Amino acid sequence: MNSQARIPAVELSSRDLKHNAHNALGDAQLRSNMRKAMDSLMAKRLAAMPDEYEREHLREMGNHVRARALSRLPELLERLEANLTRNGVKVHWAETVDEANAIVLQIAEAHRAKQVIKGKSMVSEEMEMNHFLEGHGIEALESDMGEYIIQLDHEKPTHIIMPAIHKNARQVAHLFHDTLGEPYTEDVDQLIQTGRRVLRQKFFEADIGVSGVNFAVAETGTLLLVENEGNGRMSTTVPPVHIAVTGIEKVVENLRDVVPLLSLLTRSALGQGITTYVNLISGPRQADELDGPQEVHLVLLDNGRSQAFADGELRQTLNCIRCGACMNHCPVYTRIGGQAYGTVYPGPIGKIISPHLMGLENTPDHPSASSLCGACGEVCPVKIPIPSLLRRLREENIKKPDAPNPVMRGQGSKYSPRERLLWKGWRLLNTSPWLYRTFGFFATRLRGLTPGSLGPWTQNHSAPKPAARSLHELAREHLEDK
Amino acid sequence: MSEPFYNAAPNATRVAPPLPEPRQYPAQKPGNAYLFGTCVLDLFFPEAGLDAIRLLEREGIKVHFPQEQSCCGQPAYTSGYTDEAREVARAQLALFAEDWPLVVPSGSCAGMIRHHYAELFKDEPATLRQVQALAARTFELAEFLLHVCKVEFKDQGSQQKVALHTSCSARREMNTHLHGRALLAQLEKIERVEHDHESECCGFGGTFSVRMPDISGAMVADKTRALQESGAAEVVSADCGCLLNINGALEKQHAPLRGQHLASFLWKRTGGAR
Repeated sequence: MNSQARIPAVELSSRDLKHNAHNALGDAQLRSNMRKAMDSLMAKRLAAMPDEYEREHLREMGNHVRARALSRLPELLERLEANLTRNGVKVHWAETVDEANAIVLQIAEAHRAKQVIKGKSMVSEEMEMNHFLEGHGIEALESDMGEYIIQLDHEKPTHIIMPAIHKNARQVAHLFHDTLGEPYTEDVDQLIQTGRRVLRQKFFEADIGVSGVNFAVAETGTLLLVENEGNGRMSTTVPPVHIAVTGIEKVVENLRDVVPLLSLLTRSALGQGITTYVNLISGPRQADELDGPQEVHLVLLDNGRSQAFADGELRQTLNCIRCGACMNHCPVYTRIGGQAYGTVYPGPIGKIISPHLMGLENTPDHPSASSLCGACGEVCPVKIPIPSLLRRLREENIKKPDAPNPVMRGQGSKYSPRERLLWKGWRLLNTSPWLYRTFGFFATRLRGLTPGSLGPWTQNHSAPKPAARSLHELAREHLEDK
Repeated sequence: MSEPFYNAAPNATRVAPPLPEPRQYPAQKPGNAYLFGTCVLDLFFPEAGLDAIRLLEREGIKVHFPQEQSCCGQPAYTSGYTDEAREVARAQLALFAEDWPLVVPSGSCAGMIRHHYAELFKDEPATLRQVQALAARTFELAEFLLHVCKVEFKDQGSQQKVALHTSCSARREMNTHLHGRALLAQLEKIERVEHDHESECCGFGGTFSVRMPDISGAMVADKTRALQESGAAEVVSADCGCLLNINGALEKQHAPLRGQHLASFLWKRTGGAR
């Protein structure tokens, strides 16, 4: 490691997934950091859910709770708004990230805010809130340790739960030494103490605290937030104003629904029975209370979620409780890391949600960047059939761009008349026994003529040589002999 | 999801519905069975298909191989060309009309017929019924040998270490890893060795391997390294797509190791003559 790590990473485009992946695959340090981290996370999850019977029942329950919540989403959102309002929380609706940012800015300006401290929030990443606020002269500082590291290095999070998981202690040591002027140390405890010291002061200076939401409970008007560092509680209680931002799909019906989801979330994500902090936020400081913010706002963001909601199959994408288990188990994500995707949400869940948030035209290769091995679907705590949804997105992606009744923005971004013709030829070959037999005959008899170079296949393989005779021939002879 | 539960009262979510029962197998060994050869096996591993026929015949089953069969449709299906996949699937349906088991010596193709054909024909009620009946009698070869034929193999080979690679869609859809392990465990002198990240995908994924050659290449590089470091003298798999991928990569690396189909391995180890 050397000064290389100090060069601010160039933001990678979601349209260049293949190119980004190529570069990431060549980064030995990244490969080794990711493999070790993901192996450890997989082991932790399994250790926390050792009983297969209990695990599978809980996943089934999680799936039902989420599906039921989504089946009455409009009604639950209205109840959530009514109950939050009754609790003194101001609820704002945003269809786009621009609208969401404008709402946050309006609140900030009303309070003449100069500094914002943030707990971890992926929706604020969707909004690029830090960048937006800085453009309006407001400092936004991340207080989650991983997010803080990423912000110092001008990078994007590589994982939705562990944003800096692609870095090892030595890389963080160099970063803190170079950017904060701290004495060089690779001692993880000392590094964390450094971060805490810097951040602690900021909590008291901040005018506004921003956080995400894990579950928004409609029945009670409660915002539930889990975290391990205490920065979430600080962000939501110390500054005079708290703004929570979340996606419209995060609503659940009642507190009882939270119980299985919470148990699934923390165990799937980090192998924890429960997080160090579970915050239940039910409104601003009351007259007889000593602490807490004077104002609490909730910004509910759509940003393409309605598009997924409108289709019965694609709606399952919104089951997600953002545990990250699909990433931890994904052989593609483990190899290329999160930044190569060029999207806020990387990995398997990123590949199925990002096309709704950004349009298929901006994520053209994401549905294809999977061997459909199924590891993600197998561990998903709410049983999202991720491989099936990837396949469905591939189908949307190869439609004619102007085909009627589009269900996705950017439909047909991979439409190719040439490839369509190839598949039509493939169909003809496999639906005409005569043609298939003739093809088999020539492929086997002329196997000596198999070209040595077969495009991308021979990048990793020798050219495959057909056998001398096909099974059709061998089986016919064998069975005739009987 | 069951409709009544979907609209249930809030408290009903306290209890999840029971998990699906494990697959029930016919108590009697059938007299006849179809073999669906699959397209990759047909051209690249035909001996394995023949060995599968021989294994079944040794169990007293008359094997039928309709000559008009081609491909299950999976390559187009997973690429998003659903209409093309449907028509190729349709061309296979009529070939397996008798109520005999359909045995498939490839896990992912068996999974395609068993789990995905219904999705392809969901809007054609008459065909859907036919497809569901076919799915119910579709078996992956190892599964069929183990649970329907209830084979008891007598190992006739010498002491050997073997690594088993199970296709990942097949292990998740058809439990092929469990069946393959159980069959190998019947062979006395075979020691099955684990390899690093054994459950991880080899990187094939049908057209994924040509659409994303960099990522796929990194995956197969890790898989072939793990197999070579496992100390296994033989690599066996019940999925020809994986074998095409793994063997092609091993050949390109000039490595001596090659994978072979489970059917061929079992046939040779149990004294079968060719």
